[in-house]
Amino acid sequence: MLDKLSLAKQEPVWKNNNTVLYFLSSTVLLLFCLPLFDINSFYLHLFIMIFMHSVMAQSWNVVAGFSGQISLGHGLFFGIGAYATSFLFTEYGITPWIGIVFGMFVSGIIAILIGIPMLRLHGHYFAIATLLIAISFSLVFRRWDLVGAASGLWIPILPADSWIALQFNSSKVPYYYIFLVFFLTTFLLSWMLSRSKLGYRLRAVRDDPQAASSLCINVSYYKIIAYVISAMMMAPMGSLFAQYILVIDPATVFNIEISIMVLLITVLGGTGNIWGPLLGTVILIPISEYTRIYLGGTGGAVDLILYGLILMLICVFRPNGLISFFNRDVIDRKQKR
Amino acid sequence: MTVEIILQAIVTGLMMGLIYALIAAGLSLIFGLMGIVNFAHGEHLMLSMFTSFWLWSLLGLDPLFSVPITILLMAVCGVLTHYLLIRYILKAKMLIQICATFGLSIFIRSVAQLLWTPDYRIVENPLMEGRIELGTIYIGQPQLFASLICLLAFVGLYWFVTKTETGLALQATAQDRHAAEVLGIPSDKMFALGWAIGLGCVAVAGSMMMNYFAVFTDVGINFALFAFVAVALGGFGSIIGCLYAGIIIGLVESLGGLLIDPSFKLLYVFAIYLLVVIYRPQGLFGRY
Repeated sequence: MLDKLSLAKQEPVWKNNNTVLYFLSSTVLLLFCLPLFDINSFYLHLFIMIFMHSVMAQSWNVVAGFSGQISLGHGLFFGIGAYATSFLFTEYGITPWIGIVFGMFVSGIIAILIGIPMLRLHGHYFAIATLLIAISFSLVFRRWDLVGAASGLWIPILPADSWIALQFNSSKVPYYYIFLVFFLTTFLLSWMLSRSKLGYRLRAVRDDPQAASSLCINVSYYKIIAYVISAMMMAPMGSLFAQYILVIDPATVFNIEISIMVLLITVLGGTGNIWGPLLGTVILIPISEYTRIYLGGTGGAVDLILYGLILMLICVFRPNGLISFFNRDVIDRKQKR
Repeated sequence: MTVEIILQAIVTGLMMGLIYALIAAGLSLIFGLMGIVNFAHGEHLMLSMFTSFWLWSLLGLDPLFSVPITILLMAVCGVLTHYLLIRYILKAKMLIQICATFGLSIFIRSVAQLLWTPDYRIVENPLMEGRIELGTIYIGQPQLFASLICLLAFVGLYWFVTKTETGLALQATAQDRHAAEVLGIPSDKMFALGWAIGLGCVAVAGSMMMNYFAVFTDVGINFALFAFVAVALGGFGSIIGCLYAGIIIGLVESLGGLLIDPSFKLLYVFAIYLLVVIYRPQGLFGRY
């Protein structure tokens, strides 16, 4: 087992590793230079949304893809993050940078509190429990006067751009860079996680809990670790999103659609590896933003119809996600079964 | 707070509970049979309510008389769901199974929203109207009738599953589909039958509720959530457990709303779920 583990660690991330490395580094460089070309603010928005959803999908992937626990209410931590920064800023004037850390901390605590009793459950029960808990939180925030109840929190708009208050009203470029940095950091962290001992243990827990526990892997401990990591990855995105749109209410940030979107992206791209969520985001977010432009406001839920259809088609035809077109490992695993 | 009000809440809760029980029985049957949670259950309820509504609105059929048609249509819908979607994901990972029915629920709900807009619709002047006064307690006739019909359908379902040969074949498939296949029970057909019966239950509940409930595209969400709770409370795949669980949920919902705060009704029911799965994961009548 240990031999296999160390062998697996020496394996290249990708076949012909160098090409991918060049490709990745040039992409990163291009992403950093992009705002210099003075592009339309819609495209900046599109990229911001791609970065944000990619981090969210990556976070969901840690708990669902790596440790195999399906959370249907992951939008909960998004909402917690959003409320944490906005509440601290509107009430006490504390800078959102501290708010982000606070949001992560609160999300982590909540994840532990949910995780300890819930992660012993069988898959379906856990999935339903997370759904119910997420709805409960949205109900409570809708009635909680301290955080503005149903009307939500309105972050006071400052006259000038400020890095301390994390508010930029003249341009989207600073937001672009903030989201980009968070995106790259999270991607790097997930990559490290997927190659680390922790990542392998999580996948062992997912694939065969009994075998894993016979190898002295404490199954529920690792499930909770994965859940907490995932929650703490999700929360900053809520915080940044709140700073980006500057007004939050329970219907927006605790929307069940956030959970659906995250799930859809990851399943579309492919769960259990770090490239799947990225691929899913790059495909789905442009579709989502363009349908919103061309079909939005008609009252029909055309984008949702599309999501439902895509989700069902993927489940039937490509259960390993679109990444299985590229990734040899995934295909091999499928054929062996 | 008088005794009458509490009694009134108990009666209301009981009547609602019987409807929850039948909806949950449909979910439990499918869950017990093939281990798949139908996350589109609420949307199927919405579809059957809409079927009942359109039969009234276009053909002038009262919801009381259109029940057989609704049941038939929903059963066909169930069989189609099985053959077009569920059949392909039976052996898939749990994630895929959850996502498939979750996708189905999003799809049905948004198609309904596109076709029929999110407006609220009611059946005007149904045959069953008015109320019965028992001392100080008022019982709405349509509510009473709906809960009695649901109870009747429940008894019928229980009889079918435990006493008839086909029902026993269903149970055998639920216990061990391979062993059942060796004995000549075609599991694929049994699954299709399970879906037909499960959605048939929902059709009865839906068309009965059409007598006094407004239909809109999101109507099913809360009912489906309650059905999840009822299935967990009643026990995995236990049909009779659903009856007790449904009644308990109905009582908790109405008494909690009366005694504590009506805006947190959902929370009390969710709390039951969390308590059950933590302290008694096999449910009340489960064969875990």
